[in-house]
Amino acid sequence: MKKLKILLGASAIAVAGFFMVAADHIDAPDVAGGTSDITDYYAFQGEDDDNIAFVANVQGLLSPTGSAAAAFDENVLVEINIDTDLDAVEDLLIQAIARDGKMYVFGPFPAGASAGTSSTINTTAPVTVVDITAYGTSAVTTTNSSTGVMAFAGPRDDPFFFDFDQYLAILDGSAPGGFVNPGTDKFAGTNVLSIVVEVPKSLIGGSGKINSWVETKSK
Amino acid sequence: MKNIKTLMLALLISGAAFNCSNDDDAIQPRNILDFSGTYTQDDQMGRPAINTVFSVGDATKNSFNVTPPSSQNAAFQAGFESRLLALNSGYTTNALGWDAATFTGALATDVLTVSLDGTTTFFDGNPANTLSGRTLANDVIDVELLLIFGGPDGSANPTLTTDGVPSNDKPFLTSFPYLASPW
Repeated sequence: MKKLKILLGASAIAVAGFFMVAADHIDAPDVAGGTSDITDYYAFQGEDDDNIAFVANVQGLLSPTGSAAAAFDENVLVEINIDTDLDAVEDLLIQAIARDGKMYVFGPFPAGASAGTSSTINTTAPVTVVDITAYGTSAVTTTNSSTGVMAFAGPRDDPFFFDFDQYLAILDGSAPGGFVNPGTDKFAGTNVLSIVVEVPKSLIGGSGKINSWVETKSK
Repeated sequence: MKNIKTLMLALLISGAAFNCSNDDDAIQPRNILDFSGTYTQDDQMGRPAINTVFSVGDATKNSFNVTPPSSQNAAFQAGFESRLLALNSGYTTNALGWDAATFTGALATDVLTVSLDGTTTFFDGNPANTLSGRTLANDVIDVELLLIFGGPDGSANPTLTTDGVPSNDKPFLTSFPYLASPW
């Protein structure tokens, strides 16, 4: 991440030519490259179509060696926000935080006083506890048999794909022809730390539409 | 009686203490996990790339990451619209039929809308499914390029509406946790 930040420099941000999308991989100076840096967020119907799977990825552009050393920061809370009445204010939260090699996933539960940019962890909510999968081992998953919530936490291949280098070339004027086809995926061969939580739709509104987003918060 | 009671109590206590000292778990709680404290926001994300693309300058980017979605439109929509027109001065509408104000109005509140009724996708060509979620396989880069540069029917600026990378470097899993194993 730091290398990319240097590459970007001031020119890419200042240029009013093109911009590019990089999910949140190259996001903002205050968090770039740190343990609370969100790289991506996904929400989609699960294999069981009664469920929605939420994916929150942090700490991007991990090499294989870097992945072996990477760890979820125990001071960083990953919070999935769910707005069931579509007013852009969260009604439900799912809170995930690491402790001693396990990921504790609380919820979903009503947001209450933890709506907004400050939160406390709701230890009274139903919790799904999963061993964080060590690099190089098979994925460990857990299902809370009462709620049906499934959880995974650990290194995964970064699911994002983008020809970021060509984008930079376009920005600095060295690629007047635009993108090429086929392009080269800058994120190929890199990993992220991923939290995947699958939740029965009945726990997050049941039907219709929801709005959702992810936040990282630290202590 | 009192002496016997006292003696028996003393024996009981010493017996318990003797037992407990050989079994720490009975009197020492296992790792006390501390979940206390207030956590304050560092980063936030709804849809891919919005902050990167539309927020200009470090201050705006940092602010966007700590502004609650319900406050984002008022704070960022106008700037997003200026940015869109700076990026594509010829922008009129896009394949969804949105003018600049509508498009940036939708994007400035940075949330991912998810359908609980069926298909979830960022964009699959069927307008009814647009912005109903985000799957791992969705080519969000091409979608956003198309919506920014492709014009009313998607045919404008063909060298800018795809980055030529249509899929991930590893196949996704059909079952939980869906993401591929790490390199």
